[in-house]
Order: sequence, then structure tokens, then C-alpha cells
Amino acid sequence: MSNSEEDFNFAYLDEQTKRMIRRALIKAICIPGYQVPFASREMPMPYGWGTGGVQVTAACLQETDVLKVIDQGSDDTTNAVSIRKFFERVAGVKTTENTGKASVIQTRHRIPEQVLSEDQILVYQVPIPEPLRFLEPRETETRVMHALEEYGLMHVKLYEDISINGEISTAYAYPVKVNDRYIMDPSPTPKFDNPKMNFCPAIQLFGAGREQRIYAVPPYTKVISLDFEDYPFEASRAEKTCEICGATNTYLDEVVIDDKGTRMFSCSDSDYCNSQKS
Amino acid sequence: MYVAVKGGERAIDNAHRWLEDERRGDRKVTDLSVDQIKTQLSLSIAKVMAEGSLFDPELASLAIKQARGDLIEAIFLIRAYRTTLPRFGVGQPINTDKMIAKRRISATFKDLPGGQLLGPTFDYTHRLLDFKLLADGSIDEFEPGKDTEQMFQHVTQFLNNEGIIETEETSSSEAESPDLTRQPLEIPANRALRLQALTRSDEGFLLGMAYSTQRGFGRNHPFVGELRIGLISVEFEIPEIGFNIEIAEIEISECETVNQFLGSKTHPPKFTRGYGFVFGQSERKAISMALVDRALRWKELGEVSDGAPAQDEEFVLYHGDNIQATGFVEHIKLPHYVDFQAELELIRKIRKTAFEAKKG
Repeated sequence: MSNSEEDFNFAYLDEQTKRMIRRALIKAICIPGYQVPFASREMPMPYGWGTGGVQVTAACLQETDVLKVIDQGSDDTTNAVSIRKFFERVAGVKTTENTGKASVIQTRHRIPEQVLSEDQILVYQVPIPEPLRFLEPRETETRVMHALEEYGLMHVKLYEDISINGEISTAYAYPVKVNDRYIMDPSPTPKFDNPKMNFCPAIQLFGAGREQRIYAVPPYTKVISLDFEDYPFEASRAEKTCEICGATNTYLDEVVIDDKGTRMFSCSDSDYCNSQKS
Repeated sequence: MYVAVKGGERAIDNAHRWLEDERRGDRKVTDLSVDQIKTQLSLSIAKVMAEGSLFDPELASLAIKQARGDLIEAIFLIRAYRTTLPRFGVGQPINTDKMIAKRRISATFKDLPGGQLLGPTFDYTHRLLDFKLLADGSIDEFEPGKDTEQMFQHVTQFLNNEGIIETEETSSSEAESPDLTRQPLEIPANRALRLQALTRSDEGFLLGMAYSTQRGFGRNHPFVGELRIGLISVEFEIPEIGFNIEIAEIEISECETVNQFLGSKTHPPKFTRGYGFVFGQSERKAISMALVDRALRWKELGEVSDGAPAQDEEFVLYHGDNIQATGFVEHIKLPHYVDFQAELELIRKIRKTAFEAKKG
């Protein structure tokens, strides 16, 4: 890649490509939870590193935007740093670690602890957009299942989990139903984050680059985690306190701190943790 | 107290500097020039151009140098560059009858008009290390004979005259070729789209798929009707001037297989075809592609699928792209500790319940 910023269009992608992505985004917003095929481009980072999210962010960014990028909840993880630097370089937008000050937040594997606002867009990086994929490997089949709202297979899977393990054994990428219609993969966020998606004031956009799919949840849309009346969904977390800020309601990282395997727990959302400390 | 890991940015910068240093290697050894790669590693160039879907030996050489010889990494560099280029039109169909071939062989006929032309092939070399190349390795120049400057009629034409092989027809739906790099792949794909996906698929993946058909997983009895490698011109119609101009001369490998005949009481049996077309001298891939193309054609030829992997369009087309594959396979080395933490909590809870049930 050249070192001269002038070689790139604003936010890297050419305007035609951004337009194509925006069309897919509009369609996705109109049909909440439906996976819209889009002509994903090769990006200068590998598939699996967030190429879908990067394309969605590129299509949304304007010069006045303030961008925050997190991976595993933190702004400091290497890939978050790398993607943030990418947009600093090719879009020249302001970046921040402060959740409240960001207008666009690109995330991998977490939803920030702070409640998002109507002025914000949350862009998720998605590896496998199809929630039914591990039950049915064929895309040709799963598209028909969605079209017919034929979700029995998923309920049987959840039921079998309970009958074998005593509970639904999905800890992350826990399937949700959007707007009473489509079953959707929330991306590999821990199920602790699922309730944050429900009636969220921010726009939630999902980009899967390799799989060439975009989907969305418009603001204030019903997003329900699948469950049974007698086995209600539970947003689980480690039942500990953050040892840095003292929070008792956040999702925690478990860190091994010595050779004996001693653990400590701290907030996965580094910005939230910092804000609680001060 | 544990301090959250900071300094990702510095770590990345240092990793990049270290990478550059290792790429250059021992400074006492002369720096490898892009020209050297271009002229002496031409088969690597061919792979990078084919799977990068960009015919540009110079950029392919640069990519190979930058990627330290990792061809998939080089292909990725080319793809990421290619996708930024504007697409200004569709070239005229290439006519491989007009190829100036440096290699052209047929396995189905002992001899044929134009003859068998071996060209620069490894086929009959003895695979003995040539220790002379360790030393100076000066090689005499070779001047090919006059017969290398002719055009050859396609071997399948001879079968065609007899009506004994299926004819290729461009159906109207395929007249406008789809573009895999500008539209999302959707299944079922027509043959034009399948061939497009196969020609940029990973050589190793196609080789494995092709091999599996020969070993019985979707067997289709192939003969190499013809394999040819050589230069062809690419023409483009400029609307403003209203006629075709030659915009490039490219080297390609083409393989046509002649496959098992099929027929019924009402339809006389015919040979069928598989087709392979790859940038550069890349005959292993051209042959593999032809075999896989033929295997994927079972539906349109009215055959019954064995359910073999190579006959499964969704399986082959979704998994042959090495840039997609390498990205997704390797991405599991990125941090996943948030999800792992969620799994930890879940498994602890389930284990606790199980132990309590056992005790109770």
C-alpha cells in the first residue's frame, strides 16, 4: 500500500462501491434482520479481520464523524488499533475512545456497556451471518428456511441443549428474533450483550465481508433472544466485581496473572472501566 | 495490580519493522530485484496473476517480493489492489484458435494437424537436483523452431466435424458475462460464473477436487483432448472510435478434456467436455479446472449426481477462494477471549449442576 493519503478516495472505497453498500444498508434497514447480499470487496486487511465491518463503516463515514473502534470491548487490542489507524489514514476522521463522543462505533465481539444514543451507529463485524449455518451448511437451504420462516430446526436445537445439558449451551452468538420475523445472528458477542440490542436507540449495522452479507436492526426495534417459557433467556456474566473500577454489572475479562493460575477480573469494556474509575 | 495490556500500536509498528527486516534478509546478499523475479520465477508469477485475477507480471513480481515468496500473501496484495481499479468495460471474447502456442499437446490422438509441440515442459525431465545451478548456472540460449510460430486448430474441432462431441453454444443468458468481483456469488451459478470462480480458485484446492473425481468421487473419465499454452491478444472495443483495438497480449493455458459419452435410446451418445483456462503457464491448474468443470456439469447434462464433493457447486465455489479461506482460517488467531470467557462461565455452570445432581 502506498504511503500517500492522496492515493485513496475518502474512506478508501470508491464512491460507486460506497453507493452499492449504502443501497444494501437501506434495504437491510427496511427489512430488519434480513441478510442482504452485497458485492463485498477485497480490503487491504484479511477476511476475518473485519472486512465487512470496515466496508460498512467506510460507507457510513462522513468527514464530521468521530470514530471509535473496539475489539473484545477494548480500544487497545491490536486489531482495533489497526482498524482505527486505517480510517485515520484513509478518511482523516477524528477518532475517540470515549463511547459517548463517538458517532460511529465499529465493534468486534462486544456491545459497549454505556447505553447508546439516537445519534450513534454501531457497526458489527460478522464472521458467519447465518444463524442457521451450523444446523444447515447450505446457503441455498437456509435462505429458503428464512423465506418460509421455518425455524423449527433452531428450536429443536435449543430444546436438545436443555435435554442434554440442562440449559441452552450457547454462550455467544446467541440467536435473536428481530421484529417478530427474522432469526438473526447477533455476531459473536457474549449473550450478556443481547438485551442491549432490544429497542436500542442507535442504528445497528452488521457487515460480513467474506460471506458478502449486510443486515441491520433499525433504532427502537424489538430484538428478543430465543428461549422457552420454562427456560427463560439469561444474560450471564462472571459473578465477580471488576477489580479495577469496582463495577458489578459489567461483562468481565478473566485474566491469569501468575504461574499458579491466579485470576483477576476486570471490565472488558476498557472505556467504561476508565470512566467508572475517575 | 494487573495493568491492562496497553501499547498495541507500538507492538504493531515494531512487528512491521521486524517483518521488513526479515524480508530483506542478510544484507551481505544482493537484494532480489523485481526483474529477476519476473523473468526467473515465471510460474510463481502465473499463479499470482491467475488467483489474483490481474494480468500484470510486474505487479505480481512486486507482490511476491513484498510477500517474501508467500504466494497466497502475494495474491492477496494483488486482489486488494485490483479491487480499487475502475472497471471500464468488457473485452471482446478471446479466440484461442488464434493463439501462438509454445506448447500444444493432445493425449487423444497420436498425431494431428500441426503436430504435437512439447514446448518448455518439465514433463520428461528427470527430477534430479541440478547442482550446477548452485555454482554459476550459465545456460545456453535456445532458439525455438519455426513450427512454434503457427496457429493450431483445436483438437475438439476434429471431433466436432463428426458431430461426436457436444458443441459449445453461448446461450443468451450467458452472453452478458457475470462478474464475480462485482456481484455477490449466488447459487445456482451458470457455467460462465462457475468457470470464472474456478479460474481464480486455489490451485491446490482444485487439484485435490480434480484428483478426487479420478479416484471415484464423481468419476467422469477424462482424456486431455488438448492442452495449449501460448500468447493471445486481448481486444477491446472503444465506443468512441467504433472498432476493436488490441490492448494486451497475454500468456494463457487452456485445457479441453473429452469426457465420457452419455446418451439414451433417443439421443445418440456423445462425448462431453470440460474446460480449463488459466493465466500464464499453469497447466496443472488448467487440467484440474477442466476436470472440476466437467464434474459440476452433471445437472445440465442430465446425469445423476453421486453426491461427490467435486459435483457440489455450493461446496466447490464457496471454498475454492484461497484469500477468503486463508482469512477465515487464520482469523481464529485474533483475540477471542470475550467469547471464550462466555464459554468458561457456561461450562462451569453446567459442570456445577452435573456435580450437584450426582451428589444429590
